[in-house]
Amino acid sequence: MNVSLFVTCLGDIFYPNVGKSVVEVLESLGCEVDFPFSQTCCGQPAFNSGYREEAKEAARNMIRAFENSSYVVGPSGSCVAMFSEYEELFHNEPEMQHKARSLKERSYEFTQFLVDVLGVNNVGASLNATATYHKSCHMTRLLGVKDAPEALLSEVEGLNYRKLPNCENCCGFGGTFSVKMVAISKEMVDEKIKDIESTDADILIGADSGCLMNISGRMNRLQKPVKVMHIAEVLTQREEK
Amino acid sequence: MPMRIGTTTFNDRIEKGINDEFMRDSVRSAQERLLGKRLDAAEELGSWEDWRNLGEEIRSHTLEYLDYYLYELSEKVKENGGHVYFAKTAEEANHYIQKVVKRKNGKKIIKSKSMVTEEISMNEALESIGCDVIESDLGEYILQVDDHDPPSHIVVPALHKNKSQIRDVFKEKLGYLNTDKPEELTLFAREKLRKEFLSADIGITGCNFAVAESGTITLVTNEGNARLATTLPKTQITVMGMERIVPTWEELDVMISLLSRSAVGQKLTTYVTALSGPKSPLEGDGPEEFHLVIVDNGRSNIIGTEFQEALHCIRCAACINVCPVYRHVGGHGYGSIYPGPIGAVISPLLGGYEEYGELPFASTLCAACTDACPVKIPLHELLNKHRKNIIEGRGLSAEKIAMRGFQYGTTLPILYQVGTKLAPFLSLPFQTNSFLTKGPGPLKAWTTIRDMPAPNNERFRDWFKKRQKEESFE
Repeated sequence: MNVSLFVTCLGDIFYPNVGKSVVEVLESLGCEVDFPFSQTCCGQPAFNSGYREEAKEAARNMIRAFENSSYVVGPSGSCVAMFSEYEELFHNEPEMQHKARSLKERSYEFTQFLVDVLGVNNVGASLNATATYHKSCHMTRLLGVKDAPEALLSEVEGLNYRKLPNCENCCGFGGTFSVKMVAISKEMVDEKIKDIESTDADILIGADSGCLMNISGRMNRLQKPVKVMHIAEVLTQREEK
Repeated sequence: MPMRIGTTTFNDRIEKGINDEFMRDSVRSAQERLLGKRLDAAEELGSWEDWRNLGEEIRSHTLEYLDYYLYELSEKVKENGGHVYFAKTAEEANHYIQKVVKRKNGKKIIKSKSMVTEEISMNEALESIGCDVIESDLGEYILQVDDHDPPSHIVVPALHKNKSQIRDVFKEKLGYLNTDKPEELTLFAREKLRKEFLSADIGITGCNFAVAESGTITLVTNEGNARLATTLPKTQITVMGMERIVPTWEELDVMISLLSRSAVGQKLTTYVTALSGPKSPLEGDGPEEFHLVIVDNGRSNIIGTEFQEALHCIRCAACINVCPVYRHVGGHGYGSIYPGPIGAVISPLLGGYEEYGELPFASTLCAACTDACPVKIPLHELLNKHRKNIIEGRGLSAEKIAMRGFQYGTTLPILYQVGTKLAPFLSLPFQTNSFLTKGPGPLKAWTTIRDMPAPNNERFRDWFKKRQKEESFE
């Protein structure tokens, strides 16, 4: 199966290890992974700040970049969900709108692809640690990927999984919200960190680098000892018992 | 601006909210309690999604044919012996109500809870002609006694106060001597209010839903205060937003089920009061005179726009009860009597961007509101549409220039290539142990409270390219 990796701009620039892990997991499951180099950002920062024209041009570039891909897989529910907005952005360009719909139909968030398309829950990972999982809002609510991450984590050998209290609450990232509304964002992320600490987890796992950048950035500032990992990185772990 | 709460700036309000530990404790515990109850009530009904779809369908049909149903409603109310007044503005509504009150020589007015009367500042208008206006909903009563503290929630207006604060208000203002036990506090308010009910000249209510086919107004309460306010005084005035209407009793059934379950997690509120005009000669109680004031106040401007769905709102506050921003800033932070996600959508529609332009940005667009809405209003999408309109209406700004830069950076892959390649070097001065701890522009805002990972020297694309090369050599 041929899969095009949509690494996301955050993944490309700040978290290359997440992309590498996605490649590793997909290849271990027999996928052939390619990377269209003309991909940049999905346009969400502009779109969610009210800049539709700017977002539309970013969208045009992404639609072209993945035009020939049979499956597009990205390690971020939020960025993949952004593809669903493209159709509306091109409401007066029927041909682009058609292409936008096609991209949406071919695109999957990483865990969604593993569970729903490849039908895999157990990728053979093992990690001896206590961990909790942060549900990302866009992935859960906009993309509708609710159970795949936990289904995969429940098969990781040695992982002691603790459910996060108030897991439905946003971590306070919200893209440009995190810099425009710093005071509110701080309260939100601090409550999230308090909830994470209440689980006594050594590791916080997430499936979206935006949220993780926010939570880990704040934990780093507060010198919290909790380690932060993307689920793709967890799924490449092979620890002896 | 009648909807407005206070005169302080957005940032001051946010800061005040965040530093109010009592309020935040109250909001947190209320949110958690209400969320649990709502989910249980939804689950118990079964096929909640089907109910939501039905609710959405009813609301969208009603709004599509609003003129028809409003006409039907007004004809029926008149047939039943009531009076109907269509008020284009808040002023018109208040003027009509003042006129009725004066004609009846009304001095004491007992009210049941109504957001639209808050929206048009009706109490102030009546007080200005010398009336004594008494709120009979317990939450509203507490706020009124506390020197007209504004509501912070549309269903639970005194949500920001805990029981010991309520005890202090009663003690200071009314000479209350007992403890902060809810039963004792309620009993005290009940005794006070009973006297007011019995001596009021006029009862004023809001309206949860008006039923067009029979000219009936319905009210849901848990305290029974709306029933007293519509039974004892000789004159009743009901004020409703023009969109609060259902075609028939069949739809009323669905909407009340959705409302009670979404608002307070109950199958049904303790009282559902339905009133069709003044009392008939055969009836023992009820008002002798009935007035229905239907308020537009900006609503008809929303019809036919990209925001029409905002008028589907049934004021259940489910969106407010799940909102993580509301959770930390509280209702007063929004500066409008309509707080939370629905408030951030409708306050700018009714009060303008000038006044409420910050609100659509005070959201992470996490969509918890959209998920909770029993009539499926796409709240987070409407917030984003506001953002688009606000930005389009603004002149050139540093942010606009940055976003134009974003556009070039994302559409010219070469610019993206070079920009992201340079990022690790450009950010070197701001780095401490592979984290950025300070910086200019948005980075400055980001790093006031958190660190930022430094851009990697080897981007993912560099690694992938290298790997491809190695593979082609193998």
